[in-house]
Amino acid sequence: MRKLVKRGYLALILLFLYIPIIVLILQSFNAGKSRAKWEGFSLQWYSELFKDQAIMKALYVTLSIAVIAAIAATVLGTLAAIGIHAMRKRPQAVMMTMTNLPMTMPDIVTGISLMILFTFSKIERGYITMLLAHITFNTPYVILSVLPKLKQMNKHTYEAALDLGASPSYALVHVILPEISPGVITGLLLAFTLSLDDFVISYFTTSPMVQNLSTLIYSKARIGIEPTLNALSALMFLALLVLLLIVNRRASNPAKAR
Amino acid sequence: MNQSLSLPSWMLWLLGLFLLGFVLLAVYSVKRTNGIRRSFFASPYTLWMVLFTIVPCVLIAYYALTDANGAFTLDNFRNFWDSNYSVNQLYTQMGPEYEVLIQRGTVNIGILVYSLWMALLCTIICLVLGYPAAYFMADRNIKIGSILVVLFIIPMWMNFLLRTIAWMTLLEDQGLINTLLKSLGFHSVQLMYNDRAVLLGMVYNFLPFMVFPIYTSLTKMDSKLLEAAQDLGANHLHTFWRVTAPLSLPGVISGITMVFMPSVTTFFIPRILGGGNTMMFGDLIENRFLTEGNWNLGSALSLIMMVLILISLSVLRKADPEGEGGGMI
Amino acid sequence: MRNRLICTLLLLLVMVLPSAGLAEGVVNVFNWEDYISQDALDLFTEETGITVNYMNFTTNEDMLVKVRNSPSSFDVVFPSDYCIERMIHEDLLSPIDFANVPNLQYIDHNLLNPSYDPTGEYSVPYMWGTVGILYNTTLVASPVTSWSVLFDQQYQNNVFMMDSIRDCLGVALKYLGYSMNTRDPLELNAAKDLLIKQKKDGIVKAYQVDETKDKMVAGEAALALVWSGDAQYAIDLNPDLAYVVPDEGSNIWVDGMVIPKAAKNKANAELFIDFMSRPDVAQMNCNEIWYSTPNVAAIELMGDEYRDNLTMNPTQEIVDRCEFFLDIQDFIQIYNTMWLEIKSA
Repeated sequence: MRKLVKRGYLALILLFLYIPIIVLILQSFNAGKSRAKWEGFSLQWYSELFKDQAIMKALYVTLSIAVIAAIAATVLGTLAAIGIHAMRKRPQAVMMTMTNLPMTMPDIVTGISLMILFTFSKIERGYITMLLAHITFNTPYVILSVLPKLKQMNKHTYEAALDLGASPSYALVHVILPEISPGVITGLLLAFTLSLDDFVISYFTTSPMVQNLSTLIYSKARIGIEPTLNALSALMFLALLVLLLIVNRRASNPAKAR
Repeated sequence: MNQSLSLPSWMLWLLGLFLLGFVLLAVYSVKRTNGIRRSFFASPYTLWMVLFTIVPCVLIAYYALTDANGAFTLDNFRNFWDSNYSVNQLYTQMGPEYEVLIQRGTVNIGILVYSLWMALLCTIICLVLGYPAAYFMADRNIKIGSILVVLFIIPMWMNFLLRTIAWMTLLEDQGLINTLLKSLGFHSVQLMYNDRAVLLGMVYNFLPFMVFPIYTSLTKMDSKLLEAAQDLGANHLHTFWRVTAPLSLPGVISGITMVFMPSVTTFFIPRILGGGNTMMFGDLIENRFLTEGNWNLGSALSLIMMVLILISLSVLRKADPEGEGGGMI
Repeated sequence: MRNRLICTLLLLLVMVLPSAGLAEGVVNVFNWEDYISQDALDLFTEETGITVNYMNFTTNEDMLVKVRNSPSSFDVVFPSDYCIERMIHEDLLSPIDFANVPNLQYIDHNLLNPSYDPTGEYSVPYMWGTVGILYNTTLVASPVTSWSVLFDQQYQNNVFMMDSIRDCLGVALKYLGYSMNTRDPLELNAAKDLLIKQKKDGIVKAYQVDETKDKMVAGEAALALVWSGDAQYAIDLNPDLAYVVPDEGSNIWVDGMVIPKAAKNKANAELFIDFMSRPDVAQMNCNEIWYSTPNVAAIELMGDEYRDNLTMNPTQEIVDRCEFFLDIQDFIQIYNTMWLEIKSA
């Protein structure tokens, strides 16, 4: 009985979270353009999706920025984490405050402060500025996922490697990196998803000329969202589901688990 | 002329210097043979953050403390406190017959209080809904806990704007819920364009941020503690209040932080689900910058927002001195 | 190895900087949502080989801030009359070389030296229209003739207002019998109080702009404050709807095409403006967005279908009771303050 209540409650909460997604996916198969009326099953929005220049361009911007920003943030953040970890108490505290600051700042303030920076220094807003902004808000997350792994690491391995004649760069690549790689990968994935989903910061740091999916959806939301966007999100949902299943399969395989 | 090359020359110099420093530091830190100075690895990041976080914050402060001509002023803060401050001055200049119009404006304060109130409600609802969910998920008798976590994460990977717009489809007068009600013979109800719809959208978007930290802190808990408590004769309720609840406190606090902060500053949800009938502080800031083009007042509002958030964070830190919380996923 | 690293970084620097520039065969157009025919844009690219980067804005005020902040991003912009006046005043616009715009001859000569652009150097009219009430005849009794319906308790929760500062306040001013361009704070204050009362009485369902037309088609509300073209679009899809310019008078506006001073592709911009003024293209746009065209030759092409439509082609009597918005200059501060007071009431 108690188990039933628990499961029922969880099912209700999940239903609440999934209702709009189900609606969205159903709409993508609706033959008509209307949001509320069902006018028959059709795949026309899927075929139109690939013809829609604006959406395809936005998809490209979103994905390329997510990939580049995630990689750049991972490199920058991993190096920073190694550096911060090796620092003495006081500089370390300063660095951590600086890392925590952008994470506690509301998105809208981050976005606006960067918009001011770019406008103030007369850098035209567009693809590059959006990329810079994404790297900026991603990096602290990478640092925070790498640092715990560094703390778990044996302090003396690195020094031992140096004593045995390894150069610092060699020791970095062959001793430290393998130890912290799970944290690095977590950071990379986190950065990628954050950048994929960001709306507020992109909204303030780009021009109307360069749109990612979020800003495109925002501008479309006013006129009534087009079913093609529903089709796109249904596809993305499917892709994520598949990806997740693969990851789960890998994770449940004990030989490959972290 | 190629427009993008008309950057001010000092910006080009700065960029060049920045890159040069970047390269030199990287080379230097990798090249150092005695390996003690590993801290140099952090220098590119330090430079980056100074340029893209510290400088922008300083710029916000600069704009907040100056007027449109760049002269120092506190008027932006006076305008925050009394939203009619500048206009009242205009009325005074225009002549005595307009003095009847002079009064204190409460727009900014009103919106701030409203935002805090909505964020508070949202946080409470998320806590009330989310805690049991996290608790049941962490229950070892339910074996599908890890799958449940995944199920909670998946919706967050879909664009939140699209999910919020999907709610519009459900809530509209001619939307799905009302169509259903009407076909069942009920009257249609107004679900959208009000505070409740905005609140629903906020809870919907932020609920997972409450569930995860609590779930993490509950799973970290040592199950032996519970067994010990029960061995010592505590009943379920007692165990919960005396053992589970206190131990999950860090998770609760980090959940509250993660829900409250973004709630105060949301600016998309009120516009879509609230039909622009209500304004939250995020809308206000956006409006000042992008509709009025008043950077000075907008910066002052952003600064106030930041200070408020830092204060509430430090209060929450006090409640959770270890500061670790349940952490992120 | 290290040299290569440095080279790569320098190369990156070089690549990053000019990327926004290099603009051969491009024209950056900044226009209202839903305000042009996609076919016309395609045809332009097909005929000239110039790629159109098409961007949208929602209200004049949003547009103005964007153009001020990044003037060189846009080559052709479509502001309304009072905003053109503002932009000329702020020295944001570049004079158009009319030798490159021969199709100007088709534009109604009465519109060529308007009060907002007295020398006529800066703008070419694109479309014009009115502000009025779109209403659902199944929900609203009797023909509507007055703004008073928008403030009538009977239509509680049934009115969409426009999320646009000048339009909302202008209508309230007109209803009270004042000018839409008043510079008297007392009159403005009365208009503000009226709008706050309207909102507090629960008459307003939502403040929005581009969403309104589709929602009116779907029957989400009985009345809406709209621009004439949106009204015609909605009436076409739902014959229960009707549009009226109330007796108290309203706003009549002209949206022009202008070139910002910092535009990167001025020649292409002029080509674009000329193309949009060509009769067949103007007709294409007019058939798509249902606003009134200033293009006399295009009206010839459309014939009676256009001339008999009161929404698109209002009678002289309707036009006479409407007024243009003028730039209110520094008075905008009072407008902004009052508008926020209304929105947060």
